[in-house]
Amino acid sequence: MANYSSNQFKNGMKVMIDGDPCSMVDVEFVKPGKGQAFTRVRLRNLMTGRIWERTFKSNETAESADVMDTDMEYLYNDGEMWHFMDPKTFDQVAADQNAVGDGAKWLKEQDKVVVTLWNDNPISVTPPNFVELEVVETDPGLKGDTAQGGSKPATLSTGAVVRVPLFIEQGEVLRIDTRTGEYVSRAN
Amino acid sequence: MPNEPWRPSAPINHLRARAGVLAQIRHFFAERSVLEVETPVLSKCAVSDPFIDSLEVSFGFQPGIEDERLYLQTSPEYAMKRLLAAGSGDIYQMAKVFRNGESGRRHNPEFTMLEWYRLGFDDQRLMDEVAALVTRIVPSLSVRRLSYAELFEQELGLDPHAASLETLQRVCRAHVDAPFEDDDRDTWLNLLMSHVLEPRLKGAVFIHSYPASMAALAQTRVDAQGRVVAARFELFVDGVELANGYHELTDADEQARRLQADQRQRALLGLPQRPLDGRLVQALAAGMPNCAGVALGVDRLVMLALGVDNLEQVVSFMHARA
Repeated sequence: MANYSSNQFKNGMKVMIDGDPCSMVDVEFVKPGKGQAFTRVRLRNLMTGRIWERTFKSNETAESADVMDTDMEYLYNDGEMWHFMDPKTFDQVAADQNAVGDGAKWLKEQDKVVVTLWNDNPISVTPPNFVELEVVETDPGLKGDTAQGGSKPATLSTGAVVRVPLFIEQGEVLRIDTRTGEYVSRAN
Repeated sequence: MPNEPWRPSAPINHLRARAGVLAQIRHFFAERSVLEVETPVLSKCAVSDPFIDSLEVSFGFQPGIEDERLYLQTSPEYAMKRLLAAGSGDIYQMAKVFRNGESGRRHNPEFTMLEWYRLGFDDQRLMDEVAALVTRIVPSLSVRRLSYAELFEQELGLDPHAASLETLQRVCRAHVDAPFEDDDRDTWLNLLMSHVLEPRLKGAVFIHSYPASMAALAQTRVDAQGRVVAARFELFVDGVELANGYHELTDADEQARRLQADQRQRALLGLPQRPLDGRLVQALAAGMPNCAGVALGVDRLVMLALGVDNLEQVVSFMHARA
C-alpha cells in the first residue's frame, strides 16, 4: 500500500488510522509563526461513522486505504445478509447489518446503490438519494383535502414508515428523499 | 456566473479597500520618516529556518540551461539587515514573499509582507508602534499584552519555560489527538499554542517574551523571574497571527551559530541543504545598529479591516486561480 505524507493530504483521501479505514473530511494546514507545521484533519471512520479531529506533524505519513465506492445493484436479502451485484462485472458481494445500517429500509430490489468496498469487502451502502416505494399501509385518504396541510404515517413496501400528506392512498407509489427520510411527491 | 475560473478571487470593492490600506501604511511611515526600500525577490541564498521552505528558481543565460539556482525570498529580512548595516537608517518595505507548500484558508504560497526596522527601539517600544499602525487601520481594535509564560499559566496552569517534555506531551494530548512522538519541547508548545491557546485569544493581543529556544533572530534577555527569554513578540487578532517582531540579534557570531544550527537540523530532518547567507553574517560583523524589526501580514490586515475571515476575500487571484 502507498503511504501519503501529511503534506499531500487532501479532502476525500482514504487512509488507515488505528486499523480502520477513514476518509478525510477536512484538511487544514496549521503553521505556527516559527517551528514545524501541522496538518489538522477531520476524519470519518468508515466502519463506525465516527468523525473526529487528528493532528499530524509535517512529513508524518498515513497508509492509504484500499477503499472504493462502487455502483451496484441491490439483489435481495436472505434474512441475514444483503446481496449486491456489480452490473459491469456481475461480481456479487454480501453486506451485513453493520454495513447496510439505516439505509436498509430504503433498499428495493434492482435499485442502484453505492457500495463502499474496503479490501473488496462491503463496509457501507449508500442508497440512491431518491427512491420510489409503494405504500402498503396507511389510513384511508381524505378526498378533497389536497390543498390543506396535515400528515399521517404510511408504511412502505420496504418496511420504512414516513409521514405523508392526508390524501395519499394505500397502493400508491411515492418518491422519498432517503437523506432526510421525507416524502417528496407521488411517483409518476 | 461569479465562480468562473477567470474571475478574481476577491470582489473588486475589497480590492479598492485593500488599495486604501496600502496607502494608509505608506502614509504612516512617511509621517515617521521611515524610508521605503525594495530588495531582491530572487536571492542566491535561502532562508535557514527548517520549517520554512523556499521556492527554487532556475536562472540561465540560455533557455533551459541552468547556470544558477536562485531562491524566492520568504521574507526580505536578510537583505534589509544588510541595508541597516550599510547605514540606511529606519526602513520599511512592502513586498511579495513566497513560501512553498503553504496553502489554506489563511495561507497562500505568495503573500504581501510589510517589514520594518526601527533604530534604537527594543521589542516593547516596537509593539507600541505596531499597535499604532494596526489601530489606525482598524480603529475598533484595542490591543492587550501578555507574556508567553502568563498566557500558559492563565490558560493551562503550566510554566512553559520549566515544564518537562512529558508534562507538555500529556497536557497537549489531553486537548489534541496527536499520537505522534516528538522529543522537541517546542513542538508540544507550538501545538498547544496553535490548537488550544490561539483559538482562545479574543481581540488583539501581543504575546511576548517567548522561550529562548524560539528566539529565531531575536536577542535573548533575562526576565523579572530570572528566566532567559527571547525578545520576540507576536500579534494575534482573534487567534490569527498577524505580526512577528524581534529586538534584533546583532551579534555576528551568534547569528552564524544559529544559521549552522538550522542547517544541522535540516540535515537531521532530511530537508534540502541550501546556501546560507554568509553576507548577512558579514553585515552583522561590520556592525548592524541596535534595532527592532517586525514582519506583518498585509493580506491578513486587510481581512481585519474588512471583517472577512478568508484570504480569498482580499487577494485578487489566489493560488488556484493564479
